[in-house]
Amino acid sequence: MIEVRFNKKNLIVLAGVILIYFLVYGLQAVGVISAFQEINLMMLGINIILAVSLNLIVGFTGQLALGHAGFMAVGAYVAAILTTNLNQPFPVALLAGAFSAAVAGIIIGLPTLRLRGDYLAIATLGFGEIIRGAANNINYIGGAAGMIGIPQLTNWTWLYVMMVLTILVITNFINSTHGRACVAIRENEIAAETMGINTTYYKVLAFAMGAFFAGIAGALYAHYFYLIQPNTFTFFRSFDILVMVVFGGLGSITGSIIAAAGITFVNAALQDLAVLRMVIYAVLLIIIMVFRPQGLMGNKEFTLDRWLKKRGAVSGPTGN
Amino acid sequence: MALLVTRDLTISFGGLAAVANVNLSLETGELVGLIGPNGAGKTTIFNLLTGVYRPSRGEIFFDEQSLVGLKPYQITRKGIARTFQNIRLFNDLSVLDNVRIAYHLHASYGVTSAILRLPSFHHGEAEILAESEKLLQIFKLAPYRNEKARNLPYGEQRRLEIARALAAKPKLLLLDEPAAGMNPQETRELMELINWVRQEFGLTILLIEHDMSLVMGICERIYVLDYGRVIAEGPPEAIRNNERVIEAYLGREVNDNAPQGGES
Repeated sequence: MIEVRFNKKNLIVLAGVILIYFLVYGLQAVGVISAFQEINLMMLGINIILAVSLNLIVGFTGQLALGHAGFMAVGAYVAAILTTNLNQPFPVALLAGAFSAAVAGIIIGLPTLRLRGDYLAIATLGFGEIIRGAANNINYIGGAAGMIGIPQLTNWTWLYVMMVLTILVITNFINSTHGRACVAIRENEIAAETMGINTTYYKVLAFAMGAFFAGIAGALYAHYFYLIQPNTFTFFRSFDILVMVVFGGLGSITGSIIAAAGITFVNAALQDLAVLRMVIYAVLLIIIMVFRPQGLMGNKEFTLDRWLKKRGAVSGPTGN
Repeated sequence: MALLVTRDLTISFGGLAAVANVNLSLETGELVGLIGPNGAGKTTIFNLLTGVYRPSRGEIFFDEQSLVGLKPYQITRKGIARTFQNIRLFNDLSVLDNVRIAYHLHASYGVTSAILRLPSFHHGEAEILAESEKLLQIFKLAPYRNEKARNLPYGEQRRLEIARALAAKPKLLLLDEPAAGMNPQETRELMELINWVRQEFGLTILLIEHDMSLVMGICERIYVLDYGRVIAEGPPEAIRNNERVIEAYLGREVNDNAPQGGES
């Protein structure tokens, strides 16, 4: 049986999570959220899933991977085929997309994880391009024109549940001996191995888990925007996600969430500026990297304890 | 059979035999020293024993099982832990986490229980925490528990590395120059600690050390290595007076009768 620890802190977080859900749900029902805002809301959730899952690979396990859009593409295409061509229900498609992406993660992980640093970055970048190249040339999934007429099944509820699930699973994983094994690999691979940690296993596991959630993000994306094309999942998309992770802080889940939200917001706010948008975006990135090279949160987490303590409301031992 | 046995252990890099035909034998509970001049191959032997290098020739038996061909993490699981000459801590993690990571081997819960936060997770974590705190107490590191490992004073870093190695619950502990860079006072304290730890945890220890006082003080038996070969083996008193050892460390004595640079 699942044993849930109902301490005060968990209850506050749980209440917050539920409150946000109903708040947005209510606003949507009343019709306050415009179509444009809804698109951004969906992108926000999808970006958070992508950033948090990539952080597991890059930030916590220390493996510089540039193929996250590839995993997203696998999830998007597999899920879209299942709902559009094979008339399967959405949950089945979502799971199938996620598992296919995870399998892709294992397949790419096993041979390439012998590589380190920049070599791994290039290998995973190549993987992303292979997926895109393959999608371009398979007629069954529409080739370069992509798949059109995917049913719009992603709604706020699905998005929010998947987002919370992603954060919960990855946070729980990180705060366990298995997550610490991943962090040990990042800190010092030789020492980690000497401590009895099977480094290959944990690297592949991190890759598979990260890919799994990227697959979910892809499936959600496909079923919101009706349309997916190989060009939706270019290297630039992987790079965008990496920017969010670096921006929020490598090894900080709350950092990834904040950064994903911030970047989605800035992107939306600058939508009307066309070309100037990229310039402003780039300048913002440079400014933040100059003043906070470790990212917004560094490798720390934004916790209630920390927040309350700052305000002098709570004193006592900080647990984990 | 002894706990650790090597037979004709040899490794060559290019044409150079860094370790040649080394036969070691450690009985359970022994504290054995491995000494020799710089470049004699001491650390290379550690790297062979822990699977970092694969021997070109020869065999290693631990608990009557062959270790040749196993990966470092598999060897740790069989019960050999080590420290490094150049300290390899998880620098940006807390002192507590450094030790907790090493308990990984003995964690009693899987990935699924971690994600679902099953009772086995909570029990496993509580156990890991309690045991880690105990080790920190023993090694007088408790005051630093939330400090990053990189911020510790040098001597404390050395102690933390030993504590971390012990967290893997080894039968055999390999210490690579544990007293390097310590002053005599710290060295003496470390000697006492190593001796105490050996008895408390029922360990067998193989120790590389340059500090002769430490080696002679606590080791029951010593192997002396020079140019990759064992040139002497025996109790400290015998080693101290062994001619070949003196020669390896101090060089050959110059013949008194030979003319010396024209001086009288």
